Amino acid sequence: MTAIEELVEKSQLTTKPDMKSGDTVRVHVKVREGDKERIQIFEGIVIGMHRGGIRASFTVRKVSFGQGVERIFPLHSPTIAKVDIVRSAQVRRAKLYFLRNLKGKAARMKETKRTTT
Amino acid sequence: MVNGIIGKKVGMTQVFGADGVVAPVTVLKAGPCVIAQVKTAGTDGYESVQLGLVEAKPKKENKPSQGHFKKAGVPATRVRREVTLKAGGDAVKAGDQVNASIFAEGERVDVIGTSRGKGFQGVVKRHHFAGGRMSHGSMFHRAPGSIGASSYPSRVVKGMRMGGHMGNKQITVRNLKIVRIDLENNLVLIEGSVPGGPNAVVVIRKAIAAKPIRIAQVEPVKKKGKK
Repeated sequence: MTAIEELVEKSQLTTKPDMKSGDTVRVHVKVREGDKERIQIFEGIVIGMHRGGIRASFTVRKVSFGQGVERIFPLHSPTIAKVDIVRSAQVRRAKLYFLRNLKGKAARMKETKRTTT
Repeated sequence: MVNGIIGKKVGMTQVFGADGVVAPVTVLKAGPCVIAQVKTAGTDGYESVQLGLVEAKPKKENKPSQGHFKKAGVPATRVRREVTLKAGGDAVKAGDQVNASIFAEGERVDVIGTSRGKGFQGVVKRHHFAGGRMSHGSMFHRAPGSIGASSYPSRVVKGMRMGGHMGNKQITVRNLKIVRIDLENNLVLIEGSVPGGPNAVVVIRKAIAAKPIRIAQVEPVKKKGKK
């Protein structure tokens, strides 16, 4: 499998910020409308990072008009222009699927100061 | 020019298109190959070319096959396959090198290989029989059912689908699209899956009945203000 990783996948890997579960992020997605291209922003909490080289993805959850919305982004997709980390929260597990059952005040999380490297 | 090349399956991965669409691809190490023998209508009754796959670590060959390659003036290769010649193409001769440059990106190809052996399998897996239900008092689970009635025909007709050995036979997958060609590393990326496991030997040939390649329709621009 090394030939695949070295020669095919490596060139496609993009650099994305070191985000992790619990971070509130703004994902800048390139949207094509006809022949025009614009940036659409999806802001929410990262509730899971999924590894797997070029297949890696991350799930962002937000509550829009009282309705929970989750979007799974391929981490290395060329349609993702950039990802801004708005704030980070103190979380004790990698997958925050429990947030789906919580809303309002219960879904708040304690903020942490990130040491930017 | 030859119509095909020998390759080895490396594995599968995915590649992103420029518009972010992901294509599942099989990575094949295609060639380099050498032409071991040119068959002509005059001597063999048909026209084709015998290719040999040049490997990094050549295996030892026995005397007869070494002699066969000596005639072509190339080192002996273990993996050999026959491919056809393009009608009206450039003339080829024994000893010529063939690599993935015979293909172009976006071209349709057929891939011929040996499928993974599955062993002795029942009719549900082998012939997609529906089977019966597993619970609720059912006493018919994965059995084939009746294979021939008692009075007529009073025998099992030939070709009745039954359990037996599955896989490990030659399979041709047609009309696969070449996504990318990496000539430097002799890699060909083909959209979709091909028969066999990793390191399986396959023949990649130009599609004999190439489907037209569809160009993605551009979405019409929506008029604003109207809903």
